Amino acid sequence: MTLSVTLRHSFPDFELDVSFQAPAGVTVLFGGSGSGKTTIVNAVAGLLRPQSGRVCIDDWELFDTAQNRWLPPHRRRLGYVFQEGRLFPHLTVSQNLAYGRWFAPKNAKRENRGRIVEMLGIGPILKRYPATLSGGEKQRVAIGRALLADPKLILADEPLAALDDTRKAEILPYFERLRDEVSVPILYVSHSASEVARLATTVVALQDGRVSGHGPAAEILGDPMITPLGARAAGAMLEATVFAHHADGLSELDAGGARLLVPRIQHDLGKKIRVRIAAQDVILSRNAPKGLSALNVLPGTIAMIRAGDGPGAIISIDTQAGRLLARITQRSVAALGLTNGAQCHAIIKTVAVAPEGLGADFSAGAGTQPDQAY
Amino acid sequence: MDWLSPQEWSAVALSLRVSFWATLFSLPLAIFVAHVLARREFLGKQLLNGIVHLPLILPPVVTGYLLLLTFGTRGPIGGLLEQVGIVFAFRWEGAALAAGIMAFPLMVRAIRLSIEAVDPKLEQASATLGASRFWVFATVTLPLILPGVIAGAILAFAKAMGEFGATITFVSNIPGQTQTLPTAIYAFLQVPGAENSAIRLVVISIVIAMSALILSEVIAKRLALRVAGR
Repeated sequence: MTLSVTLRHSFPDFELDVSFQAPAGVTVLFGGSGSGKTTIVNAVAGLLRPQSGRVCIDDWELFDTAQNRWLPPHRRRLGYVFQEGRLFPHLTVSQNLAYGRWFAPKNAKRENRGRIVEMLGIGPILKRYPATLSGGEKQRVAIGRALLADPKLILADEPLAALDDTRKAEILPYFERLRDEVSVPILYVSHSASEVARLATTVVALQDGRVSGHGPAAEILGDPMITPLGARAAGAMLEATVFAHHADGLSELDAGGARLLVPRIQHDLGKKIRVRIAAQDVILSRNAPKGLSALNVLPGTIAMIRAGDGPGAIISIDTQAGRLLARITQRSVAALGLTNGAQCHAIIKTVAVAPEGLGADFSAGAGTQPDQAY
Repeated sequence: MDWLSPQEWSAVALSLRVSFWATLFSLPLAIFVAHVLARREFLGKQLLNGIVHLPLILPPVVTGYLLLLTFGTRGPIGGLLEQVGIVFAFRWEGAALAAGIMAFPLMVRAIRLSIEAVDPKLEQASATLGASRFWVFATVTLPLILPGVIAGAILAFAKAMGEFGATITFVSNIPGQTQTLPTAIYAFLQVPGAENSAIRLVVISIVIAMSALILSEVIAKRLALRVAGR
């Protein structure tokens, strides 16, 4: 199933004009505050009626100004996970979960309630009221409530933003499981690069109400022209396989044949994981470096140089492991004589591992607390 | 009940009956009007708000007289209703109508305040989960405003018990038929030597009013706790 969105809406101080497609998996609307992320999600949900546009899931039209068609929210078959959970305070967890199912069409495919309760680990709190739950528990119930409504589309508006890092690490795996197990598209709003790196199948980068980039996660995150949050948040995402665990507490990853050393991660050999490498953790050298403490050195070719407004520049380097980004000063670019097509070595100070799937050990980082691998 | 004369007793019973029906009939309408005023924007909203509050600011005699003009047997609405056998003027049903109209603004105000206190985000969440407008109201808004509804209803009941001006203008003060607690007290005060009757009814008024107030506090507190999920 694919969600297609085209929207245009003028606010007094803001213009929204976007068009994108969200295939199955997680499509992250990625951008800073004021970029229009939440407006888009609310328009898709029907909580806001845009001046013109079209929203459809495959050929089912939720909204089309050309045909004067607009379905109210309750007929859109949504599962909306809000930032603040929005559980009904007068209902128990169990009743909250049952709420969406009650309104789902009688012939709807029935998600197995027991399976979802078990997956989210909310069995022990079914009889409690939302007021007595922790933030993480509330968000898990909110996810369950959305899923049990048997949605055709799952919307999540910064569902982790109100949580601290520990709780974030608690909820993220559930979204990963959704991405891998549920066939409906998931539209996920985020302003966190590490969340994007970890969850996204597709990224729609937004800037000032417009789409500044749209494509597979690795492609968008590795493109220095599309950095919705500015150069500071730029970073590349690599796919890697766990290759070996060493006795000195390091694990070795295989990324397209290149090897990366990271602090020990709790994944089995052969497990595929995502690795996020922030641009500011990469330094460049023309010659193969000697006598350095950094363990990870990848030779590559410069694909693009983008100078920023300040003294910095973002360099894209194609390596065996994939495209990397490096953030260095323009003075260094000149001093090293870096140009497109030049050979250089990317030295990676820090590798933040974004483990995929379940059983991840969050002490190994999860992108929120990057590991140091010098 | 030998400590009350038949006339005193019938005034108490009639007042309770009038207030009960006045509250029961105006409650659904008050919830509807309060919801419209709290949650919708439309042309003429201020006008509706003004009409609802009119009985609060008009002299009750005026309200009673207007009722007599419209709901009297020769009035436009009263005449129509008489043909189907419904008569308000000079009947206890008329006293209930007058009391209901006089208490209506108080009820709407209490309920409107509690609706405005409900987070519209919860109502949005309910809609995204498939609830139509009606079900959003029935399953989210109504349970959350229940303490306010109870408070509004009891306030209206107490107001209906004490209604005097509109009642006496619209349905007069006929013992055993339209004589309520306050109009009975007034009548007893006009008769030399009937002060004791008046005082007994005064005491009963105070007891009923206080019990209503305490009852509403207790119920509202319990409901508020339940609504908050504790």
